[in-house]
Amino acid sequence: MSLIKQDDTITVDTFMEGIWRENPVFVMMLGMCPTLAVTTSAINALGMGAATTFVLIASSLLVSLFRNLIPAGVRIATYIVIIATFVTLVDYIMQAYSQALYAAMGAFIQLIVVNCIILGRAEACASRNKPLKSMVNAAGMGLGFTLALLCLGGVREILGNGSLFGLPLFGEHFQPWVIMVLPAGGFLVLAGWLILFEWLKLRKQGRSQQVGGAVHEH
Amino acid sequence: MSQKPIVLHTAPHVKKPQDVPMIMRNVVYALLPIVAFAVYQFGISVLLLTIVVVLSCLGTERFFNWMSDKPSSLNDWSSTITGLLLALTLPPGFPLWMGAVAAFAGVAIAKVVFGGIGYNVFNPALAGRAFVQAAFPVAITTWTPAFFSGRFTEFVPSTLTSPLMMPPETAEWVKQVAVDGFSGATPLGMMKFQSISTPTADLLLGTVAGSAGETSALLILLCGAYLIARKMMNWQIPAWIFVGVIITSGVLYLINPDKYADPMFMLFSGGLMLGAMFMASDMVGSPLTPKGVMIYGLLIGFLTVLIRQFGSLSEGIMYAILLGNAMTPLIDTWTQPRLFGAQPKKGKSA
Repeated sequence: MSLIKQDDTITVDTFMEGIWRENPVFVMMLGMCPTLAVTTSAINALGMGAATTFVLIASSLLVSLFRNLIPAGVRIATYIVIIATFVTLVDYIMQAYSQALYAAMGAFIQLIVVNCIILGRAEACASRNKPLKSMVNAAGMGLGFTLALLCLGGVREILGNGSLFGLPLFGEHFQPWVIMVLPAGGFLVLAGWLILFEWLKLRKQGRSQQVGGAVHEH
Repeated sequence: MSQKPIVLHTAPHVKKPQDVPMIMRNVVYALLPIVAFAVYQFGISVLLLTIVVVLSCLGTERFFNWMSDKPSSLNDWSSTITGLLLALTLPPGFPLWMGAVAAFAGVAIAKVVFGGIGYNVFNPALAGRAFVQAAFPVAITTWTPAFFSGRFTEFVPSTLTSPLMMPPETAEWVKQVAVDGFSGATPLGMMKFQSISTPTADLLLGTVAGSAGETSALLILLCGAYLIARKMMNWQIPAWIFVGVIITSGVLYLINPDKYADPMFMLFSGGLMLGAMFMASDMVGSPLTPKGVMIYGLLIGFLTVLIRQFGSLSEGIMYAILLGNAMTPLIDTWTQPRLFGAQPKKGKSA
């Protein structure tokens, strides 16, 4: 019996924390491998995000259901088996329905198994919470991950290829920025987004401090 | 009658009137003749390109000053130098919008994120050029002839490309304006891909194709000499780079004179002079100790020849200097002088 009383209420924050406050990519810096590798276009980013979200939600459900049966000593191995099951499912489904997307992502679909966002959620959330709450939280995290990948994939596709989701934006005379579809472009765009978000956060803090100071003076 | 108060100071009492803005201003003076010659040689395209690149550098720095709530750091002139140097390393007909991208990338990636002047690991101008080399590999290796007629009245067609668009083909236009059979290659390119050497006199005077400000080796040497005479540049850095180039290309030339270029050609062609004089000697990115400077210079010279002779690009000075910049902290650690009177570490001395 744990001393801390478990909080089973599902709040808006249960879902929203993965999207903004604890965004897996921009705040927790987890899952960098797919983030950098498959975001060369928006459609790849979306496919990767959807696949990861599915695995995340499904494995969270299963881990949460079995949380009282899994022995603590072998829990990581058990989580990996559960996650691998769903990754295999996604792998076959994608191969069956979208060969092009499957080819574009290559080994990174199988590598979802070792995505630390999923294992992290299983360990930090699903193994201590009831199924519904775990799933809501996992859905938020998955959506946050997908949005982050879209942020990167969108910029890289627009600059690197002049299109978004395959639709050309600038006509045929567009000059592609070759570096954006190279690995270096992934790092640069990620850094750009991080700078932007950090700056927004600092600005918000600065403003609230200014307001606080003004109140204090009165 | 007011009397000046007597102020007591501790040493030092004699101060040199040298500070960062003053040295930087002198570097700008030293670069202006090179810019002027580039404009004379390639016409108004280069003039406009230089203005756009310098303004983009200043704008980028100001933008990040504003973002981080810091006072403007434009008055130390360092961004002006970055802009001038960057413009000098670009091809004369480089599209203006790509020049602006290079300036933004150079100042933002190589300078501002490291903390501004004095903290940059890499030379910002070269980092900017490396960015566009990776982003627009075709545009940055498209050369236009020097001294074409009408260069003061018309732009190179690719200069005024609208933003984000691909520059137009210049091959047809080059055929119309070229005085002699200009093949669209720099001396280094001709050497590498067609094994045609260029007379050293042409390389010294700058009557060849190439990036805007790299063509006249003699002028660059003179401008560098001005800074050296005013003790604002470490002359050992370019000197060791030249030694490195001569040794490496000399050995290769002795092995097989038909295949490898002679040391004279290597020394005076391409961007070696500009890079060695004004970019490798950047005070922030180069080592402090004399021994360190020697290693740094020899390494850059060696790498330059290596990339030129065996790499896929015809010019190697840019990557050589960037690699040298990356090695600088390590070189500085290796070559720290022993403190006077300090005991050598155990096991190292006899």
